[in-house]
Amino acid sequence: MRILSLGIVRGFIAQIIGTAVGMGLAVLIRILIGLDAWSAEPVAVVGALVGAIAFLFGTGVMSDWTQWALGHDTPEHHEPDPRLPGWAHYFNVSTDHKIIGIQYGVTSVIVLMLAGLFALIFRAELAESGMQFLTPQLYNTLMGLHGIVMIASILLGVGAMSNYLVPLLIGASDMAFPRLNALAYWVNVPGALLVVSSLALGGFDTGWTGYPPLSVRAPLGMQMFFLGVYLVGLSSILGSINLVVTTVRMRAPGMSWFRMPIFVWAAFATALIGMTATQLIGLSFMMVMIQRLLGLGFFDPEKGGNVILFQHLFWFYSHPAVYVFILPGLGIISELLPVFVRKPLFGYKWIAMSSMGIALVGFLVWAHHMFTSGMEEYLRVPFMYSTMLVAVPTGVKFFSWVGTLWRGKIEYPTPMLFVLGAIVVFLFGGLTGPPNGTVATDLHLHDTYWIVGHFHNTMFGGFVYPFFAAIYYWFPKMTGRRMNERLGKIHFWLMTPSFWVMTFGQMRVGLLGMRRRIADYDPAQGFDSTHLVITIAAFLIALSVLIFVINLINSIRRGEAATENIWHSRSPEWQLPSPAPAHNYADYPFEVIAEPYDYGASPAYVSIDPNAGKGPAPAPHGRPLAPHGAAGD
Amino acid sequence: MAVDTSHVHSYEYKMANARLGLWLFILSDSFVFLGLLVTRFYLLGGLRPDLDQTLGLIVTSVLLVSSFFMNRAETAIAHGDQKRFLNGVLITMVLGLGFLIGVVGFEWRNAPFGPGDGAQGSSFYMMTGMHAFHVLTGVLFLAVVYRNGRNGRYSAERHWAVEACANYWHFVDVVWIFFYPALYLIGRVAG
Repeated sequence: MRILSLGIVRGFIAQIIGTAVGMGLAVLIRILIGLDAWSAEPVAVVGALVGAIAFLFGTGVMSDWTQWALGHDTPEHHEPDPRLPGWAHYFNVSTDHKIIGIQYGVTSVIVLMLAGLFALIFRAELAESGMQFLTPQLYNTLMGLHGIVMIASILLGVGAMSNYLVPLLIGASDMAFPRLNALAYWVNVPGALLVVSSLALGGFDTGWTGYPPLSVRAPLGMQMFFLGVYLVGLSSILGSINLVVTTVRMRAPGMSWFRMPIFVWAAFATALIGMTATQLIGLSFMMVMIQRLLGLGFFDPEKGGNVILFQHLFWFYSHPAVYVFILPGLGIISELLPVFVRKPLFGYKWIAMSSMGIALVGFLVWAHHMFTSGMEEYLRVPFMYSTMLVAVPTGVKFFSWVGTLWRGKIEYPTPMLFVLGAIVVFLFGGLTGPPNGTVATDLHLHDTYWIVGHFHNTMFGGFVYPFFAAIYYWFPKMTGRRMNERLGKIHFWLMTPSFWVMTFGQMRVGLLGMRRRIADYDPAQGFDSTHLVITIAAFLIALSVLIFVINLINSIRRGEAATENIWHSRSPEWQLPSPAPAHNYADYPFEVIAEPYDYGASPAYVSIDPNAGKGPAPAPHGRPLAPHGAAGD
Repeated sequence: MAVDTSHVHSYEYKMANARLGLWLFILSDSFVFLGLLVTRFYLLGGLRPDLDQTLGLIVTSVLLVSSFFMNRAETAIAHGDQKRFLNGVLITMVLGLGFLIGVVGFEWRNAPFGPGDGAQGSSFYMMTGMHAFHVLTGVLFLAVVYRNGRNGRYSAERHWAVEACANYWHFVDVVWIFFYPALYLIGRVAG
């Protein structure tokens, strides 16, 4: 096997060449229009942009579209190269949603560990007052990187769950636009690289929010941060469009909107946010980039600009973004709970509508991040009320979960532990929210460690716990083996208490006046011991995640075989053998005959022929292998 | 709803997916332009940039007329009229280039302010720049369609690329219908 047969290797080589070509191009243009040949910032930005595009062409993800533009036909499906070993398909462009889902998932876990590592470094610095081993500038960069790389990891994790699960759950053979799906994954790789490359280019000291005026003056790393986030956002937009079309158009016969598995509602609501609001963080970051490169004055008061404008544009995405992070996780909770309680999901329609409600209200609350920013004062109270409104659809979900658990026959395998953990942690995330949304209390709490504690509660409860639950639960569907239960339980029982110690510690110092985003604090404030405890707890969380990763890697090869429906789920994907076959239900056509979660009430959700997949494959529907030229996705 | 679980879908089925996808892309993209309109009114309020009204009227007319020819080209290919289709695409492309030259070549040069000169500079150059970028991608898309069209790649039954290109072109045109009054007509001229 040649190393160049791996798409990712070709991509990296192309990225290096592309970066050099882009830098050369920028120098050439500068000479042609009569500027000094070398100026680090514009040359580096053009280089990075061209390099990222070259990466995409290098991997081959653009090749079908290029061929179509040139007027050539390409095959409908690219069959995987039989000469490559199985693992190599994950390093190559694939249009199979299951491979793309796993690519997203593995990248997410790797990026999660990286972001966690950044946190451990600056947490160690915070364990004691006084500066020990970091410079303030490096502290700021690591703190900002922890935030943004975690966000990238969460978006990748959301992509993993949506891509792997939605087609399987709705009975589709794949996503609506498989090639677009592949592009949406691969664009993340240069994006994440650029964000991390900011470490080597002077870093950035704004935190993940990139507020001007500081972001206008920050070192070159700031531009790499903006460009990288822009690419990750592009992935989010393309993936969301794909998911909406898939959900609207590709459901199995009999699967009406209110008979879809509940996770699909959550993913759908998420995609509606992702495809619209994401454009505005992209725009706000692009405006700062342009201000730095070309001297336009959007955020420069001397040139008629206004820094508050950035915050409006930025939070118009970045608040709905937190619902992008948590809605799929809340969907996982609702999806798994009935399986392990053996009872119908309480209030299915209300849960479905609450996801849509959170998505909708999420667009109307952004300015609650700006109560102390000096924005228009008349905006404060309306945004306080709209913020409180979020509690209504979220409360609906909690009522439903409690109603589902009520008098259920509860089982406690690892995925269920994480589901229950998610509910409790997210409850605290929710309860610590209203004080921040209320103007009077927020004026005190804003920019303190209390916010850090609140935010980690919502992210762990809304994403991290459900994501782990989903991995433990669907791992057999991906690999045909199950993860080790004992290690899974150790993971849970080590992470949960450590997590509580960490966030309660953060909230405690926050209420006592510890500012967030600062490298050092006064020993006279008496925070040293609490900070030490928080740091120890953070390291214990990292240890538990390490145990999880070891379990994950070991179980791929040596896990207990699990090719059947080990959780006794009614969901269609568990009626297939594990690992799921290449074209999902192509050989297992099914029809929805009852409600999805009627455990104990009706015998089955879908009717699927038990002998399917053994005989000759049924004739494909429609016109086979239609020549498509420049048609399709 | 016509739903097909096999892994090979009919052309019509895929077209319906592609149409929905394109509309969602247009919805998504329009948020960028909405953001730019917000920026313009946030920074400039009741003022407007000091621009050449005649030139503005000319480029706007050119772009609107181009949409007419785009529509003519699409209707022609839907009826299998290759010659009128190719002519329509070519005229659209030329008009689109004319718009770009008018805005970037003349308006950008003639404006009495530069990109760094106050809120009118940042609003005007960013809005027209972002719109011109979209026109440019539209022209490139048209060039691809023209080349493939000359090689007889499109028929009355199968011309998704033409349809997508036309819808994208009309979208870019509609954006200008909002940008033109926001830049040229509404408010008092900024000093």
